[in-house]
Amino acid sequence: MAGSSEFLTVAERAVADLELRRKLENATGRHLNHVAETRAEFPRFDEERETARRIKEESIGRLDELLTALIDRLKANGCKVTVAADAAEAREYIVGLARRRGVRTVVKGKSMTTEEIELNPALTAAGIQPVETDLGEYIVQLRRESPSHIITPAIHLSREDIGRLFAENLGIAYTPEPERLTAAARERLRSIFLNAEMGVTGANFAIAETGTLVLVENEGNGRYSSTWPQTLVVLMGMEKVIPRLADLSHFLEILARTATGQKLTCYTNFIHGPRGADEIDGPEQVHVVILDNGRTRMLADPVLREALYCLRCGACLNVCPVYRRIGGHAYGVPYQGPIGSIVSPVLFGTRAAYLPFASTLCGACREICPVKIDIPRILLHQRWLESGGNHGASIRFPRSISRTRRALTRFARMARHPRRMRLLNRAMALLAWPLERDGYIRRMPGAFRHWTRTRDFRAPRSRR
Amino acid sequence: MLEVQLFNTCLAEQFFPAAIEATVKVLEALKLKVRPMRRAFCCGQAPFNEGLRAEALGLARNFLGAALPGMPIVVPSGSCAAMIRNFYRDLLADEPASLKQAAALQPWVFELGQFIVNVMKVKYLGARFDHTVAYHPSCHLARELRAADDTRVLLANVNGLKLVDFRNPEECCGFGGMFAVKFPALSTAMAQDKLERIRESAAELLVANDCGCLMQLGGLSHRNHLGLEVRHVAEVLAAR
Repeated sequence: MAGSSEFLTVAERAVADLELRRKLENATGRHLNHVAETRAEFPRFDEERETARRIKEESIGRLDELLTALIDRLKANGCKVTVAADAAEAREYIVGLARRRGVRTVVKGKSMTTEEIELNPALTAAGIQPVETDLGEYIVQLRRESPSHIITPAIHLSREDIGRLFAENLGIAYTPEPERLTAAARERLRSIFLNAEMGVTGANFAIAETGTLVLVENEGNGRYSSTWPQTLVVLMGMEKVIPRLADLSHFLEILARTATGQKLTCYTNFIHGPRGADEIDGPEQVHVVILDNGRTRMLADPVLREALYCLRCGACLNVCPVYRRIGGHAYGVPYQGPIGSIVSPVLFGTRAAYLPFASTLCGACREICPVKIDIPRILLHQRWLESGGNHGASIRFPRSISRTRRALTRFARMARHPRRMRLLNRAMALLAWPLERDGYIRRMPGAFRHWTRTRDFRAPRSRR
Repeated sequence: MLEVQLFNTCLAEQFFPAAIEATVKVLEALKLKVRPMRRAFCCGQAPFNEGLRAEALGLARNFLGAALPGMPIVVPSGSCAAMIRNFYRDLLADEPASLKQAAALQPWVFELGQFIVNVMKVKYLGARFDHTVAYHPSCHLARELRAADDTRVLLANVNGLKLVDFRNPEECCGFGGMFAVKFPALSTAMAQDKLERIRESAAELLVANDCGCLMQLGGLSHRNHLGLEVRHVAEVLAAR
């Protein structure tokens, strides 16, 4: 239960970090400008968005059947396929495989799903070194941090922060220049790539018709991780399956445009299976781990299932007024921002139970979502579930919060009697009269004392 | 004479009675007979947003009982109008009788500006207000009702009023109902950033259609002596 109130404390503290807020505002603002520009240049955007949405509706509607087809195709292509019921199963499979194959170093393409299952600590504990090869991920790994944004892992850092980090850790002279910092990381990573025995990546799409795993990225590290090491593991959430190869283009048209404001990512990797007898490169073995970890529970709930349409583009984080002020670490889970707040309570349980409440329901996330997920509606649904939903048992709210909720309950009961409310209102206005200064009250009692810590409170008024 | 029902909303009744009086004035100037919904006080949005559906249900039933069918309901709030138009569907999903009643009512529910521009087909009200004004399009008005521009047009046509632009006008003010009390620092940070952007625009006054936003932005402005006063849109539209 501690988890729920912890978020409250951490978020409230994060806001005070003005430096962080400035970095977030700059970075997310830049993102949003790029996105607006690329969209404006592409008149078909809304049409593609509708199509993509319809394909997701179909995919999730036929999930069972499509997964079966996908698994058959993957096996026919020579992949080894495992369905993992939860994070622990997925972790054990991957760590066990690495052990059996005598792996010492794993190179990782950027994958939030590996964060979800906490793969890196498990590999490290088994004496295997995981190395993040996406530049942002590499940076946060050097800092022993987790990614603070699902597609821009080091969004909370400035180029100066990264310059200092590299000077301390890579033995180079301090420089804040992105080109030189990138070159330094690239040089380091190159030798690691050459010696790694295993690659682990995620997948953005899995095509049931052909058994093709599609991985989009910008740095070529995903391609390197998936083609050079002898063993490749692709970890994918089970919602990533789409029916046909022809569906893919509709997603590629909108994904990069919404995520980074690019027309297309620099690399679009198509993974079919292990190296064929007549091929000169590619991994010897390809293992595909299909992860459930709470997704079937989402599927079973008619409101929550829409969250499974998510492409993990990260746009809802950039536009979220809450995320923009506290950053990703405050959320305490790998998936942050609006999408994180709706999926995390299902994936991570109590420690994320309070996240759906951390929103003003402003709806900016739904506006930008490339597949139009109605995030505010799902947040409301989660709040209802956390408040007891149909079965009456709610999460334990921090004391200040449960007091507020009780006050609200009392208000809701009284407000059913308008005449009484109006009389009460008149009495309140009279009582407040001596306390107010030009229409505002400086200190309020009860639940509203949290309001008047930073803001004056509008004095109650009654009508003549 | 065409008749409309006026739903005051709980925040306006308790904190902005002047907004209600101004709304009545604006509607009467359009030759409408205004019929206040005395038997309704709150639409139930606050408990609904908190996940307290049983409490919200009581208020929604109350509202439905107070409404006359087949007569427009004007609401001087984007978020309350959105609650009734968009969210009653979810709230009442398990109550077929109320759901039917709400569905019949929904096309008759309008936020004030939405009603004036789309139903009355009026864009100029003959108001006079000699001030430089920043308009905050509230979240539910903009993204649930998609009616933020109706009010913008009405304001732009007020004599003497200078409407100024500011950066990122559609970002939330941080009110969010109980959010403002549960996450006071976060909520205040959102309002602070918003007020800073508005101050860059040299506005003397901030207007919005939602009393929640006005309490939030006005309360912070007053605490920090920013000198930026807040007004409900209706007060500006009723000014002569």
